Amino acid sequence: MSWIINVSRREFCKAGALLGGGLVLGFYLPEGLSAAQQAAKVDGPFIPNAFIRIGRDDTVTIIVNHSEMGQGVYTSLPMLVAEELEADWQKIRIEPAPVDPAYNHTQWGMQGTGGSTSIRSSWEQLSKAGAVARIMLEKAAAAAWNEDVKNCRAENGFVVHPDGKRRLSFGELAEKAAQMEAPQEVVLKQPKDDKVLGTSKKRLDTPDKTNGKALYGIDIMVPGMLTAVVARPPVFGGTVKGFDDTWARKIPGVKAVVQIDRGVAVVADYFTAALRGRSALKIFWDDGALAGLDSNVQLQQYRQMAEKPGAVAAQRGDFGAAMGRAAQKIEAAYHFPYLAHAPMEPLNCVADVRPDSCEIWVGTQMQTLDRNKAAEITGLPPEKVTLHTTYLGCGFGRRAVPDSHFVSEAVQISKAMQAPIKVIWTREDDIHGGYYRPSAYTSLVAGLGADGMPVALRQRIVCQSIVKGTPFEGGLMKNGIDATSVEGAADSPYEIADFLVEYHMAPAGVPVLWWRSVGHSSTAFAKECFIDELAHAAKQDPYTYRRKLLANHPRQLAVLDLAARQGGWGKPTVAGAFQGIAVHESFGSHVAQVAEVSVNKKNAIRVHKVVCVVDCGRLVNPDTIEAQMESAIVFGLSAALHDQITFTRGRVEQSNFDNYEILRLKEMPQVKVYIIKNDEPPGGIGEPGVPPIAPAVANAFFAATGIRLRALPMTPAAIKEAVTMI
Amino acid sequence: MISLNINNKNYQVEVEGDVPLLWVIREHVRLTGTKFGCGIGECGACTVHLDGEAMPSCQVTAKEAEGKKITTIEGLGESHPVQLAWIEDEVPQCGYCQSGQIMQASALLTVTPHPTDDDIDYAMNGNSCRCGTYPRIRRAIHHAAEKSGKGGKS
Repeated sequence: MSWIINVSRREFCKAGALLGGGLVLGFYLPEGLSAAQQAAKVDGPFIPNAFIRIGRDDTVTIIVNHSEMGQGVYTSLPMLVAEELEADWQKIRIEPAPVDPAYNHTQWGMQGTGGSTSIRSSWEQLSKAGAVARIMLEKAAAAAWNEDVKNCRAENGFVVHPDGKRRLSFGELAEKAAQMEAPQEVVLKQPKDDKVLGTSKKRLDTPDKTNGKALYGIDIMVPGMLTAVVARPPVFGGTVKGFDDTWARKIPGVKAVVQIDRGVAVVADYFTAALRGRSALKIFWDDGALAGLDSNVQLQQYRQMAEKPGAVAAQRGDFGAAMGRAAQKIEAAYHFPYLAHAPMEPLNCVADVRPDSCEIWVGTQMQTLDRNKAAEITGLPPEKVTLHTTYLGCGFGRRAVPDSHFVSEAVQISKAMQAPIKVIWTREDDIHGGYYRPSAYTSLVAGLGADGMPVALRQRIVCQSIVKGTPFEGGLMKNGIDATSVEGAADSPYEIADFLVEYHMAPAGVPVLWWRSVGHSSTAFAKECFIDELAHAAKQDPYTYRRKLLANHPRQLAVLDLAARQGGWGKPTVAGAFQGIAVHESFGSHVAQVAEVSVNKKNAIRVHKVVCVVDCGRLVNPDTIEAQMESAIVFGLSAALHDQITFTRGRVEQSNFDNYEILRLKEMPQVKVYIIKNDEPPGGIGEPGVPPIAPAVANAFFAATGIRLRALPMTPAAIKEAVTMI
Repeated sequence: MISLNINNKNYQVEVEGDVPLLWVIREHVRLTGTKFGCGIGECGACTVHLDGEAMPSCQVTAKEAEGKKITTIEGLGESHPVQLAWIEDEVPQCGYCQSGQIMQASALLTVTPHPTDDDIDYAMNGNSCRCGTYPRIRRAIHHAAEKSGKGGKS
């Protein structure tokens, strides 16, 4: 893969000297257009970009427009620039981008991080930024030496003279380079010429994350700052009828009690005083329409909805007719609970609202929306709102909220108090706080032919919409179908001639949100467990059964085959363990996993080993890819084995890590990651490792026990119930 | 007024005695490397050393910490064998829990310079990592043990 990009002269808005002398590179790129489209559409609307700053001291500062939440973008995005710039990696520094259209996500039209898109959406943009800067540095050196630029090449932070001996550093060339004309055409490297990409560069953020220096939103302190906690309705959609703050105000350190749109805030000198003030508040709530919400009742409703045809999300052939010809009919239904993201750093935001400005410090995945929300609340023009992106203590989607509620709270309180405010959520606030992975119910019916292979399959999905009513509705909702509810099902690669996927949008109410791997977190489970059920019904090996249905999907086959081979399919390596397999494509990447599992006498699943194979196309940082696969397996196992958010009388039944357990070190299986190398377009890595793990474990559980677990989580209690049902 | 010795420095802090040590360290002494994760001693993000022993600082009051030698991640320096191993093995992802992990691991190595995997699992089980850096934590602790010149094997 290579890109030849014509960059029109007028696309460059500026290439001038920055204060202090240095090369500031800024140029226009059209938003959301591919390189090819861009070349053809130079007269279209352009937006400014600025990603590179080279100082006299040779420091190359990369301005990163995506949020660092553990997935490694503060290293991998600079690697894209460094590759084309021929920079010295030791001289690379990073700076989080301010909010500006120049830093918009190339596909979203706003600044943000999510959907495992950072590398994919930034690749061309940052590679070009690096290439343009390199050419200007080479031109500067050529001019200094009075040589032909063709013979002056950049290498490891220097431009080397045609004699191969003399050289000038990027810092020495910076001022002169700023005066050079920007190139009109940029030819990006072929993968075979990569020096930086595909190597495991050390993460730039690691040292500060081992000595306490890395600053997260919760660590920000500004002069005069007060700390607030917010009492939010115990039932989603509830409202404040009234409150008595007599006792709260008597708590030493409490400064004020402020009602905001989402509840009642207690503002104090310090966190503990605010928390104690909140405990002393007496609030009269109107619980609203969800006062009676009960998870068991909701499951019955979802089941009833699934009995009727829904909106068609995908269709091939004639499911009904094909079922009539089937030799065998198989049915199954799966249920998934709401899930909290539970990022390690509880949500927080610092806001300082002043008459003519607003400054925000926050670990967020949606800078532009948050900035705009602050502008709306304060009445200030957006450019008067400054938002500083800090490190994020995990994201998983929880910090990508279209309604900007955790920023909005801080801005409202700061505006009312006329003081800088830090709002801190407790862990209980987080677990109770909504914006969950939606609960889903999905029913499947398949007909098998005489050879045991599926001839027809129908899937019905009942799930709340994540995007309805958000700025993402236009892009992700079509004909009443939320793409995030049916992804991974409607686009199943299994070749089944007569195929139908239907969708029922479950009633809104509980706030729902994208949770690492989004719809795939449930659809992959249904898809991969059901195919296992079909293989079993056909009395065939589940691995080879999948192979037959993926004959025309070489990348799926490749990860599946390698996982089977490296995982020793058919021969568990751990004594007494059983194997399960799953394969799934999401976010442009393919992942297959083989899990080795046993079940103890207390009905607890123990996952001993996971072999994980990923094909994410062209590689940036292999060690980060490996780390993300390990991470995804842990995240997926927490959900597979432990986690659920349930409701009774409208209230969430879980509260903290004692009853919303995240996987612990003792439970950590041995993980082996294999990366398939190829020159396919880059895929995502943050999320694609999550979807296969739960079905791989459930399929292994079946191999061990002959019992299908069709609901998550697979807790000892759920297993005990499944055993007694037999 | 509470007197605290943190990282070999004495602090006089105007705070009620029943305030969790975690918040005194973070808000009054302004050492923010120690993190808040759960407030109930379940996650270990707030782990510090009290007289050399790893403790969740959200479960210790300021008063209880008086007279004890308190060490936070900032007090560990930047080149403790555990920190160096963490860097070498690229342990952190989001990094939020890592101060607590490192404090727990360094306390483990003081008591058990040659930890087995079981020792590590036992000692580190109270420190949650939502990013799932567990395999690297295990690996890095073994490497730190080796680097300390004290051997160590899995």
